[in-house]
Amino acid sequence: DKQDIDKQYVGFATLPNQVHRKSVKKGFDFTLMVAGESGLGKSTLVHSLFLTDLYKDRKLLSAEERISQTVEILKHTVDIEEKGVKLKLTIVDTPGFGDAVNNTECWKPITDYVDQQFEQYFRDESGLNRKNIQDNRVHCCLYFISPFGHGLRPVDVGFMKALHEKVNIVPLIAKADCLVPSEIRKLKERIREEIDKFGIHVYQFPECDSDEDEDFKQQDRELKESAPFAVIGSNTVVEAKGQRVRGRLYPWGIVEVENQAHCDFVKLRNMLIRTHMHDLKDVTCDVHYENYRAHCIQQMTSKLTQDSRMESPIPILPLPTPDAETEKLIRMKDEELRRMQEMLQRMKQQMQDQ
Amino acid sequence: QSGLGKSTLVNTLFKSQVSRKASSWNREEKIPKTVEIKAIGHVIEEGGVKMKLTVIDTPGFGDQINNENCWEPIEKYINEQYEKFLKEEVNIARKKRIPDTRVHCCLYFISPTGHSLRPLDLEFMKHLSKVVNIIPVIAKADTMTLEEKSEFKQRVRKELEVNGIEFYPQKEFDEDLEDKTENDKIRQESMPFAVVGSDKEYQVNGKRVLGRKTPWGIIEVENLNHCEFALLRDFVIRTHLQDLKEVTHNIHYETYRAKRLNDNGGLPPGEGLLGTVLPPVPATPCPTAE
Repeated sequence: DKQDIDKQYVGFATLPNQVHRKSVKKGFDFTLMVAGESGLGKSTLVHSLFLTDLYKDRKLLSAEERISQTVEILKHTVDIEEKGVKLKLTIVDTPGFGDAVNNTECWKPITDYVDQQFEQYFRDESGLNRKNIQDNRVHCCLYFISPFGHGLRPVDVGFMKALHEKVNIVPLIAKADCLVPSEIRKLKERIREEIDKFGIHVYQFPECDSDEDEDFKQQDRELKESAPFAVIGSNTVVEAKGQRVRGRLYPWGIVEVENQAHCDFVKLRNMLIRTHMHDLKDVTCDVHYENYRAHCIQQMTSKLTQDSRMESPIPILPLPTPDAETEKLIRMKDEELRRMQEMLQRMKQQMQDQ
Repeated sequence: QSGLGKSTLVNTLFKSQVSRKASSWNREEKIPKTVEIKAIGHVIEEGGVKMKLTVIDTPGFGDQINNENCWEPIEKYINEQYEKFLKEEVNIARKKRIPDTRVHCCLYFISPTGHSLRPLDLEFMKHLSKVVNIIPVIAKADTMTLEEKSEFKQRVRKELEVNGIEFYPQKEFDEDLEDKTENDKIRQESMPFAVVGSDKEYQVNGKRVLGRKTPWGIIEVENLNHCEFALLRDFVIRTHLQDLKEVTHNIHYETYRAKRLNDNGGLPPGEGLLGTVLPPVPATPCPTAE
């Protein structure tokens, strides 16, 4: 009866609610990187995803101006709120990528940036005051593949191979409204094949639990089968069939961004924001960051054993190298120890002789 | 760059499979490591008029990570054809009709980014507009709305002007006022042509038309409200075909010839009698369609 049940009820079932309340109070943060050649609709897509225009004052460069431009890293941060939940969203843009005549290693500024965020987090984590560590690590990178090619281009492969062990890469087919359904199918197949062939590790959607209902499992299957997502973005709202929709108006018809028969935008948005945002952060922290950290520590350990200052295999780093004063002190103490040991030996010997 | 619909467009222009690729997408296709020049010749016929059409494709252009100087093999090829013609022209016993392998027109495909030209586009057109007639074309234009198309075209025209790139029809070669008015309109309003190509037919309003079928509508290739394919076709084939050949022969070829003669100290290149100054070579009349 009820009294018995109450007696057995400890009350920690409220934990999820407590966690929920605390997280909502704290707010969430997410860092999203967008990369790809210019003109593939990256800004428009970001606008469509988050319904905020981060690029109002952007000035587009002419071709001549772009000849001498190098790859830049631009950060835009915006605080958005929905139903009382706050999200601090940071978009990392990479203008100039892939635009030059010679694009050799044009991804280097981007890998450097990702590494720098890891390094900074590493330092903060190892520091004394860890109360308010800011997490600027890149949680996800949307990589825009041109729909005008026959698959991946050399620069696409170069970029993804340079970054797939550092950040979650979600490849997208950009401006998909220039492709008919059969072309999209072929292109997706081709890209999937090439990703396999070149050994590129893109972000994998986690397996859903076996106890989920069939609907959810079906959705999850469809999601996995649609990758890479073919997306279309739009900054404008048009009238279609008596309704106002986000879309693009052509002489031959209207493309609706949120129509799943037209493109995979909804799948991308759901995946990125509604279902997998947390997993993206988890994988960044548990896999990419840990890889970086392990690699860093390994390098430092090998440097230390090379210098043979310490034999401990567990560095508490970052170890400050002892200065001259301290070194002198250590040497003096070592000497003292040795003299004392010698004295003890002599005393022992004397006692034995007696 | 590969994938901009070049082969499909050429097939559509000449209503036959004249490009090096069959219409269906070749799955084994790989991007070549260097720029290749692939020329395929066809004889096509219409209304009793035969034309030997040669389509030259340039796979590998602009596809690498480092595309520096990737236009050089193309420039080289064009100059080689001029050289071939020149050698034949200065021959003592020369053919009545010199086989003409010179490039009369180069369609340059611009990627429809909606922003501006890419640095590679500028580099290519700067170098090549001096040796061949370049007609810039905006590829896969079904990715732009009418507004975006118009803005993009304006921006491209301006960038070409600012960089001193003279595309065909070049202003300085307008022969009379009539030409100038007609060409001005084309230069300032229509070009670069925003095109869509297709080799598939669909039923629209009871007619069978060439087009692309999307979930939101059918794009009709020959419908001027949809894209400018018909304008490009009329321009290149129906009105300016002969002029393209004349400008190539009278201007580009002559420029090449003059340069070669100057380099040779006024002597024509090739196997003339050593040390003898040969009589000046009279200009051959421009070869017309058979």
